[in-house]
Amino acid sequence: MGTGKFASGEQMAAALTASGAELVTVALRRADLTGGKDKFANILTFLDPKQYLLLPNTSGARTAEEACRLARLGREATGSAWLKLEIHPDPRYLLPDPIETMKAAEILVKDGFTVLPYINADPVLAKRLADAGCATVMPLGSPIGSARGLETRASLAIIIEQATVPVVVDAGLGAPSHAAAAMEMGADAVLINTAVAVAADPVRMAEAFKRAVAAGRTAFEIGLAPQHREADATSPLTGFLNQ
Amino acid sequence: MSFVATFNSLPATALCRYAQNATAVDVETALGRPSLESFAALISPSADLEQLAILAHATTLRYFGKVIRLYAPLYLSNECINICRYCGFSRDNPILRVTLTPEQVVAEARYLRTEGFRHILLVAGEHPHFVSNNFLRDCVAQLRPEWPSIALEVGPLETGDYRPIVDAGAEGLVIYQETYNREVYAAMHASGPKMNFDWRLETPERAYQAGFKRLGIGALLGLADWRSEAIAVAAHIQYLLKHCWRAQITVSVPRIRPAAGEFQPLTQVTDRELVQFVCALRLTFPEVGIALSTRETATLRDGLIPLGVTMISAGSHTEPGGYTGQGRADLHLTKAGRRIESEGEHATVQFEIADNRSPAQVASKLNMLGYEPVWKDWDISLNG
Repeated sequence: MGTGKFASGEQMAAALTASGAELVTVALRRADLTGGKDKFANILTFLDPKQYLLLPNTSGARTAEEACRLARLGREATGSAWLKLEIHPDPRYLLPDPIETMKAAEILVKDGFTVLPYINADPVLAKRLADAGCATVMPLGSPIGSARGLETRASLAIIIEQATVPVVVDAGLGAPSHAAAAMEMGADAVLINTAVAVAADPVRMAEAFKRAVAAGRTAFEIGLAPQHREADATSPLTGFLNQ
Repeated sequence: MSFVATFNSLPATALCRYAQNATAVDVETALGRPSLESFAALISPSADLEQLAILAHATTLRYFGKVIRLYAPLYLSNECINICRYCGFSRDNPILRVTLTPEQVVAEARYLRTEGFRHILLVAGEHPHFVSNNFLRDCVAQLRPEWPSIALEVGPLETGDYRPIVDAGAEGLVIYQETYNREVYAAMHASGPKMNFDWRLETPERAYQAGFKRLGIGALLGLADWRSEAIAVAAHIQYLLKHCWRAQITVSVPRIRPAAGEFQPLTQVTDRELVQFVCALRLTFPEVGIALSTRETATLRDGLIPLGVTMISAGSHTEPGGYTGQGRADLHLTKAGRRIESEGEHATVQFEIADNRSPAQVASKLNMLGYEPVWKDWDISLNG
């Protein structure tokens, strides 16, 4: 789960609990990175490190250099060496920069970070990042906050098929059905934020996503029925021949 | 090609006519098809404001969530070399002036920190002697250790002169064209470097080249017909989104407030029209930040928050030393660039504010409205 866009820290905490999330990402730019306990930059105080694995993110960074600097400050401030690497220089669509992301990932992996990079659904980039030692890849379904679902489905399928690291489908999942669809495809996890944070009832929406993710995962493990163009009667007309 | 060329070739007359004459059907068509033409339809008298507001609210929620960023203006100096008819700091106004020292600026800023602010906007009149480039750089450099986000609203500079200020730690630059109407601009700016319309118009591009991450623009409403200003602002945003694509673009919709010089607005913009402008901006440019200052009343500000505003100031003072009385011993009049000794309680304000609530009161109102006041939403480590 992400932690942006919530109406209050309390509401965010309640929605996170309801979601059953294990990994929670937080924008370092909203936290106090000076080592103090700034009550006006207190987003971390709402996140219990015993309840979740904290995944600080570099949102706001436009270059590898900025992301690395922020990551190091974040590691000192939060004590977490896990990092969601986000570099989106374009504030309009917040699409990730593959060149800067690759550069930063190589540096940060060597620096001891557990790097989870946010990327466009580019199968080759996903392989390159896995080869560089990233812990996962986090391809987008559609632009952040767009709620458009799995617009990158065909590329996601290739990424999942070729993956040697867990695949987390991140961004653009606007409905529980989108999350279920990603899990049915074989994604290892999804990352949800806007759809829950801006819902009229974030706690119940978080529950809805939790169930959708579980359902999608179960369906993937069982294996979905193959799709056909024509009807396939459940009671075959020629069944009597076998009696 | 700079925005000046784009601006000069805008079909301004046709767009303004459309902004007056668009039909309800045109408005309906314009929704969901962002363009300058559709923006013109959205600000037309035919638009159903309630419908725009509902859509603008939903769009803001999706892009920005239930959070509002807070910032505070800090006036460094009210010295100015320009004569601008509408501005309290105009050179020909016999007002009490002062320029704070960087140390005094830090003291004022510390007060703002105790109020909660972590985003600061440094404002100053344009004066090469009192408000020199080195002075601006020194102020930024001294604030940097305590401020995650520093923006400036000062007279336009050359790209090369912006760079040391960016390197010192400045992240944002705000520059209002005041009016995009060349004739009115010429009539309003009687003397000083601000007379150069094109130089000012190209400022955001120079700031971007120099490395600023956030660019703020806007028109001062009350000088020319608001619809024509709105169209020019929209064209400017459109240009900056394409050409300065790594920068966050923000826009403001300031209306003229009472100030020294007793300037009376030349045109009127009603509350209703201001709301329509904000909604049209949000629907046309969903990702653009909209800043709202204390020029507007508490009621209007509270009402605008769900419709598109993303950042607000609170408890503002529009004079140097306004928060803690810094610089009081140095108050003076300035005539022909020379100090004339004078005494007073405080420096003269740029304009009177309309929302006198404290930052804490504004934050608590935001909570009541279902919004999280975000004081820190940037980190100095993100500055290039």
